[in-house]
Amino acid sequence: MFRNNYDNDSVTFSPQGRIFQVEYAQEAVKQGSVVVGLVSKTHVVLTAVKRNAEELSSYQKKIVGVDDHLGVALAGLASDARVLSNFMKQQSLASKLSYGRPIPVERVVNMIGDRAQSSTQHYGKRPYGVGLLVGGVDDLGPHLFEFSPSGLTQEMLACAIGARSQMARTYLERHLDKFADCSREELIKHGLLALKESLAQDKELTVDNTSLAVIGVGSKEGKRRVENFKMYDGQEVGPLLEANVETSGTGEGEGDAMETDS
Amino acid sequence: MNHYPQAWGRPRNDVYGPYDHSYTHSAMPKTHTQSPAVTGTSVLGVKFKDGVVIAADNLASYGSLARFTDVKRIRTFAPNTVIGFGGDVSDMQYLDRLLQTLEINENYLSSSEHSLNARNLHTYLSKVMYKRRSDFNPLWNMMLIAGFDEDEKPFLASADLLGTTFSSPTLATGFGAHLAQPLLRRLMPNDEESVKDVTKEQAVDAVRACMKVLFYRDARSMDKYSIAVITKDGVDLKEDEKLENQSWAFADQIRGYGTQVN
Repeated sequence: MFRNNYDNDSVTFSPQGRIFQVEYAQEAVKQGSVVVGLVSKTHVVLTAVKRNAEELSSYQKKIVGVDDHLGVALAGLASDARVLSNFMKQQSLASKLSYGRPIPVERVVNMIGDRAQSSTQHYGKRPYGVGLLVGGVDDLGPHLFEFSPSGLTQEMLACAIGARSQMARTYLERHLDKFADCSREELIKHGLLALKESLAQDKELTVDNTSLAVIGVGSKEGKRRVENFKMYDGQEVGPLLEANVETSGTGEGEGDAMETDS
Repeated sequence: MNHYPQAWGRPRNDVYGPYDHSYTHSAMPKTHTQSPAVTGTSVLGVKFKDGVVIAADNLASYGSLARFTDVKRIRTFAPNTVIGFGGDVSDMQYLDRLLQTLEINENYLSSSEHSLNARNLHTYLSKVMYKRRSDFNPLWNMMLIAGFDEDEKPFLASADLLGTTFSSPTLATGFGAHLAQPLLRRLMPNDEESVKDVTKEQAVDAVRACMKVLFYRDARSMDKYSIAVITKDGVDLKEDEKLENQSWAFADQIRGYGTQVN
């Protein structure tokens, strides 16, 4: 009786000017576990909480390296993210092959934006049920972009998407003015602390459920060189967690986190 | 008239004999694109400590006929890449349009100015040339690409109709490869290491001297030429230069040509 008549396909507007299928896709992003991204003048950091479907299974991959200078973190349907990240890998490779140039970050983000938009305008298609944080470095420095199922892409200074990401966003907003001048290590710390904020009461960051990736503007013999995409996963995040996040039992509060930043 | 529409409007077979299809379908594929028609001769390029000089005369020959005397064979690709073309002029015009399209697309896709440098363009052009030669439909050109690489160092490289690439602190195509290149190499006794000791004036003087030598000895050359000096500040392209201080005194010494038998 009160059935919504305007959500059968992603090409029909409701009388209020909404496209329900796109909004439902955005719900899928909110179901995904949280990912955080932030940039300084020299680095971009992506952090993510991984989930396992069951105790016996492995953890779902949350951060994908696209190229030496480019990586994405995903929240939502991982299989849709694979389609998008494979497309980004193709474009990235094509740019390297025909021009010998790493693809500019904005360019590849606009490409997936256009792809996502087209599914809101063609009958029989469905929107991607995934949100991405795209981090990368190009001639203009480090960048972070948010991609959402509507095809909207925005450049961000810091961003968090996924379940309970509001807590992480609050953390990022509170520390926003510090990020620009952060060192690599400080930025990683903020990335992990923002991630930690959004965790449920009984959860904590462990080597099993935490992923982190860094890309930076580096230099070699006075020349500008990209500090390649580096993913910290599994045992590798251990030292980072130890250095930056207090583990269970010590009951640290927000005050601690804020002190160590300055 | 009969009831076969495909025969309507055609000469009637019973009157004119069967239609000779060899008029429209030749037995062999097109081959006229495999040899040049209207050609430009040498292009010269020399690196110096903070840029590159490149020059080519303004002549387009039809065989041995000096057919067009006002053809600009040096084109710029903003902000500071310059490409000099030797070989077929119509293929040069095709490549020029290709580069124009590329420039427009790149600028359209970037929110700031595009990031293609001379090295990127050289990679791109060499792939275009190799693709076309692999189709047995080569673009009959030898090109010099001059500008700066990603480290803002002077860049000079060639690409030819086979897709072959070559890079050196001094380069010359066509007849210049035999006549000018040995003279230009005097500037660079230690190859790449010598570039830092060569001033803009030295490089320009050497190129102008070589243009003169080429005019003396290359029968497809002309005394009107274009010269471009590329520095970080941009491109200084002069398209209407005349050879100064010509001396034909040496001509007396030459024996064995034309009406002069010994």
